[in-house]
Amino acid sequence: MAQVINIQPITRIEGHASVSIQLDDRGEVLDSKVRFMSLRGFEKFIEGMPAEEVPRVVTRICGICPWQHHMASNKAVDRCYGVDLPPAGRKLRELMQTISHAEDKILHFYFLAAPDFVMGPDSHFSVRNVIGIAKAHPELAAQVVRMRYQTKMILEKFAGKAIHPHAGVVGGFSKPLLEEDRKEFLGKMKEMLDFACFTLDFAKTQVFPKYLDAVTTLGVIETGFIGTVDDAGALNFYDGKIRLMKPDGSFTDFESRDYADYLGEHVEPFSYGKFPYAKCWDEGFSLDVHNPRGIYRANTLARINVADRMATPRAQAELEEFREKFGRPAQLTLLHHWARLIEEVYACEHAVELLEGPEICDPNVRAKVQPRAGRGVGCVEAPRGTLIHDYTTDDNGCIVKANLIVGTTHNLGPINLSVGQAARALIHDGVVDETILNKIEMAVRAYDP
Amino acid sequence: MSVTVVQEWLNACSGCEISIVDMGERLLDVLGLVEFVHSPVLMDHKYFGQLGDKTHLEIPEATVAIVSGGLRNEEHLEVLEEVRKKCAVLVALGTCATHGGIPALANRHPMADVLKRYYETETTDAPLRYPDDGLPPLLDRCYALDEKVKVDVYLPGCPPHPDQVFAALVALVQGTPLTLPAKSVCDHCPTVREGKGEVKKLRRFLQSPQYKGPDEPLDKMRCLLEQGILCMGPVTRGGCGGDQNTPRCMTARVPCRGCYGPVKHTGDQRVEMLNALASNGIDLSALPEFASMLRFSGAHGLLKTIPKRQEA
Repeated sequence: MAQVINIQPITRIEGHASVSIQLDDRGEVLDSKVRFMSLRGFEKFIEGMPAEEVPRVVTRICGICPWQHHMASNKAVDRCYGVDLPPAGRKLRELMQTISHAEDKILHFYFLAAPDFVMGPDSHFSVRNVIGIAKAHPELAAQVVRMRYQTKMILEKFAGKAIHPHAGVVGGFSKPLLEEDRKEFLGKMKEMLDFACFTLDFAKTQVFPKYLDAVTTLGVIETGFIGTVDDAGALNFYDGKIRLMKPDGSFTDFESRDYADYLGEHVEPFSYGKFPYAKCWDEGFSLDVHNPRGIYRANTLARINVADRMATPRAQAELEEFREKFGRPAQLTLLHHWARLIEEVYACEHAVELLEGPEICDPNVRAKVQPRAGRGVGCVEAPRGTLIHDYTTDDNGCIVKANLIVGTTHNLGPINLSVGQAARALIHDGVVDETILNKIEMAVRAYDP
Repeated sequence: MSVTVVQEWLNACSGCEISIVDMGERLLDVLGLVEFVHSPVLMDHKYFGQLGDKTHLEIPEATVAIVSGGLRNEEHLEVLEEVRKKCAVLVALGTCATHGGIPALANRHPMADVLKRYYETETTDAPLRYPDDGLPPLLDRCYALDEKVKVDVYLPGCPPHPDQVFAALVALVQGTPLTLPAKSVCDHCPTVREGKGEVKKLRRFLQSPQYKGPDEPLDKMRCLLEQGILCMGPVTRGGCGGDQNTPRCMTARVPCRGCYGPVKHTGDQRVEMLNALASNGIDLSALPEFASMLRFSGAHGLLKTIPKRQEA
């Protein structure tokens, strides 16, 4: 008899989702769906608010990447109000956001993803978690916790609040950086860079090789990619042009304010979350596993694929090695983890660069602003992908309309396709066990939704 | 025997969970003292059995449940009721759980308007129908936990400071009472209050407050409210700075927006703030709206839908 298998909730991810897999009479996979289970309606309830308050509200879209929402929102309001930032104000925003990337990637790798690799995908569910890792590898766990905490507390000490920040303000940053803090943070980020390099080396020598089989088969799909690059084509988390790449590697660059000409959002009846797609490819949207249309991916692998190069030396060397092994664009879904650790090295190197110049301590960090009617699109790279905030304000500088495309949502379509692929590869004759179901979830976890 | 813990997140952003992780090395101590038996963000226990083949949602029994997020859909409610049934002590973690939090700003709008905006933005292909296939129906509004079940411990904050999360866990493990700061943010704020009633008018936060220079300590800077900047400190519960004490907004020299909710659990931050300002004769005409004075605490029926104006 036909059967439906539910994985609910998907665990060790940062949001709320579930999987249902439909089997036919022979126990083969007929269909699968990944459901995103709720919606909050930020686009609606920030209407009417003074725009300069919004960067302190939209942070609550995500407690893991609040800095990115904070910055995309601030950039959007800067543009609504027509203000240019003092260089140090812009640098401090970029520094804080870069450090938050460095902290987040370590969190994802060790706390959420590593249990599948370090403990093994077939280990018992009661130990396949960070607590299991802490017991099996106490020294490594202590080091991970200490390094992540030290990095995170830079944000807390300087900006007052590491989760749901408030120190980015329209027109710049709320306070300048003192020379003594600059020196302290520089030392800490150099230490974090060493730890980032250790982590990537650890993953390349002791983790990924063991699971090469999974890497080359699990959740594999072929899609396009999206990410942000600077004028020289190097990956940039804070600003630049958006690059949309087709599955064949050809790409188009566009300004973030023109996003609506390139991207659309599709609604499926089985998910509250919407499905962004490449409208400009003129092929529509389809989640048919055999013939997907309009599908591109965001997040680490996407950024590594769309970038011509990395702006810092160690990350560039890592990119070259990665590209030699996997080509461009690399399509294997589990390579998100590898790409994430290359980005980790970049984030640390870039934070060190930003902290090395004394000009970041310039006390002029905030321009005066005057509320006015306008429209502004603010875009940054969140850990989970290209993040777009688009606001329109009235004469009094209050929000009349907002449109948000949030990092994770770009991948809702690809996650559905990867789960469909993994389920079809792993489930036959109606045989399902815990290891199979966890492997299907691993195809989701790679995207860090 | 260690204390067993269920951790759940409902209509949440995961900031509260990150705050747990931000205990730093104390996290490892905690993991030695408590045994997590269910935590979707950390471990792989499932609602309907590990093979998803059971028909009823089941969460294991535990001494303590730590629940973040408010209630937005029927699944949140089902999970909360199951948690309440299975756990001796229910901790509401974070301002969404205690007072609705930012998502309760949606309570000013009929659900139909929220859906219409989300599914009909400029970039969205208008759907034939809104999603409903296998999804938990949305509730009419956002609720705090204690509107639906009994809550034993309230840990407000957006997010709660890791020091308080740690203190709460230690108290629960040792069975000792938990004492949290119970006065307002101003009680913890080092800025200078002269109380001369010079402020006649409040302005929006569009430029930096006045202070002498980057290295001037906070205890030399004038209170932001006395500088004419709206600050919700007087009507907001303190403690956000944790053991360091200094309010987190002040560390960045920005005004408080109320993230720990009202000073008294049943308070109304908007009414209290407007009363305080009115009794001092302060002109509020520069502020475009007051609903966001309740941006963290709009549950419990405080934020209501705006009646539609009759079209002529």
